[in-house]
Amino acid sequence: MPTHTFILNGRRVTVDADDDLRLLWVLRDILGVTGPKYGCALDVCKACTCHINGKAFNPCSVRVKDISPSDEITTIEGLPATVGADLHPMQQAWLDYDVAQCGYCQPGQIMAAVAKVRQARADGREITDADLDELRNICRCGTYARIREAVKAGAQDM
Amino acid sequence: MPGHGRHLDRRRFLGYLVAAPTLAVAVGLGADAASARPAKAAVPSPPQPEEIFDLGDMQDLAASPTSGLITVHVNEDGTAAFAVPRAEVGQGMTTAIAMMVAEELDLPLGKVSITLADARPELMMNQLTGGSNSMRSMYVPVRTAAAIARERLAETAAAKWGTTADRVTTRNGVVTGPQGQTATYGELAAAAAATATTRAPAPRLKAAGEFTILGTPQGRIDAYDAITGRKQYTMDLKVPDAKPTMVARPPTIGGTPASLDNEDEIRSLPGVTDVAVITSGIAIRAEAFGQCIDAIQKVRATWNPGPVAGASDDAVQQRLKAALPDLTTPVSLLADTVEADFFFAFASNSPLEPDCAIADVRDASAEIWSPLKAPIVAQGEIAQALGLPQDAVTVHVTEGGGSFGRHLFHDAALEAAEISQKMGKPVKLSWSRTDSFRQGRAHPMCVSRIRASYRLGNVLTYEQRHTSVQTEFGHGLGDMVTATASKLPVGGGLTLSQTIFELTQSSPYDFGVTVQALNEVPLEFSTGSMRNIYSPNVVCAQELVVDQLAKKMGKDPLAFRRGFLKDKRLLAALNKAAEAGDWGKALPEHMAQGIAVHSEYQASIAVLAEIDCTPRTVNRHVPDAVTGPRVTRVTVVVDPGFAINPRGLEAQMIGGVEDGIAMALTSSLHISRGLPLEGSWDNYFYTREWNTPLDIQVIILPNTGDSPSGAGELAVAPTMAATACAYARATGRLPTRFPVNHDDPLGFTPLPAEPSTPQSPTDGLDHVF
Ligand code: FES
Ligand code: FES
Repeated sequence: MPTHTFILNGRRVTVDADDDLRLLWVLRDILGVTGPKYGCALDVCKACTCHINGKAFNPCSVRVKDISPSDEITTIEGLPATVGADLHPMQQAWLDYDVAQCGYCQPGQIMAAVAKVRQARADGREITDADLDELRNICRCGTYARIREAVKAGAQDM
Repeated sequence: MPGHGRHLDRRRFLGYLVAAPTLAVAVGLGADAASARPAKAAVPSPPQPEEIFDLGDMQDLAASPTSGLITVHVNEDGTAAFAVPRAEVGQGMTTAIAMMVAEELDLPLGKVSITLADARPELMMNQLTGGSNSMRSMYVPVRTAAAIARERLAETAAAKWGTTADRVTTRNGVVTGPQGQTATYGELAAAAAATATTRAPAPRLKAAGEFTILGTPQGRIDAYDAITGRKQYTMDLKVPDAKPTMVARPPTIGGTPASLDNEDEIRSLPGVTDVAVITSGIAIRAEAFGQCIDAIQKVRATWNPGPVAGASDDAVQQRLKAALPDLTTPVSLLADTVEADFFFAFASNSPLEPDCAIADVRDASAEIWSPLKAPIVAQGEIAQALGLPQDAVTVHVTEGGGSFGRHLFHDAALEAAEISQKMGKPVKLSWSRTDSFRQGRAHPMCVSRIRASYRLGNVLTYEQRHTSVQTEFGHGLGDMVTATASKLPVGGGLTLSQTIFELTQSSPYDFGVTVQALNEVPLEFSTGSMRNIYSPNVVCAQELVVDQLAKKMGKDPLAFRRGFLKDKRLLAALNKAAEAGDWGKALPEHMAQGIAVHSEYQASIAVLAEIDCTPRTVNRHVPDAVTGPRVTRVTVVVDPGFAINPRGLEAQMIGGVEDGIAMALTSSLHISRGLPLEGSWDNYFYTREWNTPLDIQVIILPNTGDSPSGAGELAVAPTMAATACAYARATGRLPTRFPVNHDDPLGFTPLPAEPSTPQSPTDGLDHVF
């Protein structure tokens, strides 16, 4: 079976997996990293959102063979390490606004929010309602209103 | 005096000190009386059953003869633990229960840990989460147990210091004596333990005025775990050898496999460990879920059609139309009428987490993990299916990633058990997203026919006949109704559904002769209730007719409602919503407000919604999505009786608002050839960020009582109704088919019916941001 190497939450990992296995299952079923959730495996619900080299992506729709050894994959478990604190400011905002209901979508929501804020900053501006309208993550519990408040608050501390 | 003591708070719950290494206090969930409320004073419209005795009361009554005990433990580390016989699916139940324990125990909230109890058959009807009754039925018993524990800790400390319990105080998990001596609960936990189980004297419960935790806004106790990825849902559990398992399913709802034509090929696919033909399809167990999905692409099977194999939206509508009953309330020849039929499409109650369960079935025993709201029913049916005695099946209730009605059933748990038994191995079964939409339960299609008559400023009659494809309730609720049937204040001869309808629906208006009734068309769709049972459809239709009446009678919708509402609490909520939401403010063309009221489970709520139907908004383009009108502002005013956790209540209201908007505007299933066309979240249009209101205000009115009411479902119906009313006023057209976009050209290309689960994309790196 082919071997694949990449950087996961700051540590180099090597796994044996079929080339075509989507990264989500490498993370969840082989490596036991269960923060990224399965909600569709169709690149639609965004419950599995993680970062690749600091940007948001959906590992349910990426083959492990398309990840290169230098790629840095960050899951919700590794997000705080990107700021060197116990919690990333976005996670803290999620606590402050008590966003989660069932919580199933929230790791993906937080990862997408962080990337969205970074994207706006890279464009030299702050996050707007129009940016938030672009977030595709489903929250079937309907926490969108608090998500919007929390993203704006979390962005201020990023 | 006879007739007194019938209120929830006056009921006594017997407490026990339980023999254990550290302090343990148990309370029987059974009560000495039902909490049926006394009938209100006579009103021009006689009270409908829901007003004097509702579904929650029925659940209280059903639970009362139970002997099962629930137990609070105080540990040597100073924490308290409680295993709650309910499901947590996002509604904040564990946080509310932890608050009850913390309050009566005088312990910081952070020191209370709540877990979900396994199925406990002796609890009978006391282990069912549904109908928004959890808070109501747990409120006094849980507090009683915690209060007994606090008194016991005080007595233990007092004895140690040679004084009496009335001379010590408890605070923040510490007992303080008259000379300033202190002892932590942790230090006292072992000494306070009972050596033999004995009845405890009835404790003094705090009065609401003494509360420092209950009634104050608190963050969820599981929030930290949820936002760090540590919260464990079923598929995150590590059960030895329980490997990923999925099912290739037939192309019609409830179809069955006739044969698997390439079993050897499937078995030899990468990662596949086992294949089994089961009742619902072809089960495939593999090292990774991705390999199950790969194998499903390759399955060649012959299928038997399901019970509604040929059914389409049109055909079901014809069946409903044919079954629409005549309206029977006599209407005066001198009166004018408003008449309309309102159609509601099938809708999916699928949570974000697909249906799932872990099963480890052995020769003489079985162990199941699944997010279940009726775990005892699941245990019984799984035991029967496996040919095992009920007590040989252990059922663990796991944290659920949402429910919305889905987890009143145990379809995935039963299926996982069958698979594990057939394979002889533990399985971690997940339905796919597409399975959850296409083979999962749906809120049934229904039509509400209404006729109201009016004359000289009065509404004389209001008749609403709701006709629905039959709804399954699951045996949990069914058993309750059967067990209490003779004591319910509804007429005899009603079916289970009709009984539940009568126990949940009532008109809040003084509309003279008022009739609301249900009839069902028996079609074997896989159905269930959806946050909540009938109210969203019934109330939406009702409120649209109320607006029509107002218009015809020359009144403003708000003024009209004020004139006809029966209930003071509802009127207060309505007035507050109108004020806070700026009712009547000037709005540009194609924008309008709508207002609606609802009361259920002893709570009252009013919602004011503002909608934008301007062409610019309606025609926004978002890829792979529907846009359409956008609700821009929502004001919710709720009177919950007593708000245990205002912050949690607000969250439930916000969630209910998003559901109501989705039901009014965008989310439905289209049935074609016996299968919903919807197979992903880009087909089933639940509210997304681009359709969420930018301004949602939730106002919780001051408590009007001491006991909590059900709130998890409360906001859905009035939001759906307010959105529909706003839409009618913004467009000048009365919408009669819901969601309003249901008849538009399909907003997506349907996934194929076979393979039942589509292959995952590979181009994820093209969409990085
Ligand atoms: S699971 Fe990856 S987008 Fe839904
Ligand atoms: S919190 Fe439940 S799906 Fe978002």
